[in-house]
Amino acid sequence: MIVTIIDILLFFMLVMTALAIVNRRRLFSVVMLAGVFSLLTALLFVTMDAVDVAFTEAAVGAGISTVLMLGTIAQTSRREKDPTRSGVLPFFVVAVTGAALVYGTLDMPNFGDPNAPAQLHVGPDYLKNSVEDMDLPNVVTSILASYRGYDTLGETAVVFTAGIGVLLLISGLAGRRRREDEEEN
Amino acid sequence: MAVKSGTEPAVASHIFDWDFVFGHANYWLFIVLMMTGLYIVVARGNLVKKIVGLNIFQVAVFMLYISIGKVTGGTAPIFPLDMKVDPTVVYSNPLPHVLILTAIVVGIATTSLGLALIVRIKEAFDTIEEDELLLIERKLTAADNREHGPAMGGRA
Repeated sequence: MIVTIIDILLFFMLVMTALAIVNRRRLFSVVMLAGVFSLLTALLFVTMDAVDVAFTEAAVGAGISTVLMLGTIAQTSRREKDPTRSGVLPFFVVAVTGAALVYGTLDMPNFGDPNAPAQLHVGPDYLKNSVEDMDLPNVVTSILASYRGYDTLGETAVVFTAGIGVLLLISGLAGRRRREDEEEN
Repeated sequence: MAVKSGTEPAVASHIFDWDFVFGHANYWLFIVLMMTGLYIVVARGNLVKKIVGLNIFQVAVFMLYISIGKVTGGTAPIFPLDMKVDPTVVYSNPLPHVLILTAIVVGIATTSLGLALIVRIKEAFDTIEEDELLLIERKLTAADNREHGPAMGGRA
């Protein structure tokens, strides 16, 4: 019960942060609020026993992505222009999608139900067998690096591809700018 | 498993049942967050803000997954260092944690790719507002049509 109350409290802080992001025009404060959002998310992950996910989210979501976004707004613009269209149609679309998703949750088992289908198959197997198989205290580590090592290999491939993509997209930016300046003069 | 036994009451009668509401309030709040993210993506024209909205949406999905792995009275799936596992201790399901760890890292990779694209768009069009980009695109297409339209046998 107390956990549910903490969860709901954290949620309301998250929703407030998200609504502030919707209305803010200065991109600097949008990016900072996005960092706050990530940190609150990390807290929520701790209440749901996902400590590994929490510190990854705190490091990656609140750290790296904030830095990347600050870099981007330094290169582009600091302010969002005022919206020209009304938000009624988007709101309608979002409300319908949300209602459909809520309808989808009605069939789901209660939060924390130990007999939910998700708790009955591979999860307990990993918990039971990893003591013998891996002899590592942290089950998340043994699944990540061994039972599901191929997932992690695929993830590494994605990160590598994205890194190459970013390099190709922004490489030579300074050189092109200098040439443009010379042409103008 | 008695999960889907025939005695399960109809959905409509669930909604006023407090157990059901407290058990599902989490999911509904995730959906609120998800939809806030989607609204930012759809209704705001600034590209950086769209990326922030996508991140909010993504994080809400992560929370949904993690909440599926939570077991009431459970603790983080980390054994004592001496590996003497107490069979009475309940551990939460570690599998969603692993999947979401992977997803977070992939998420930052896609975010950085999107941000790099924004930097290039700013360089090419000198704006990162969707409306202005659309106007420029239309002008370019119109100019192309005037120049090459007859040669191509119609408008592009």
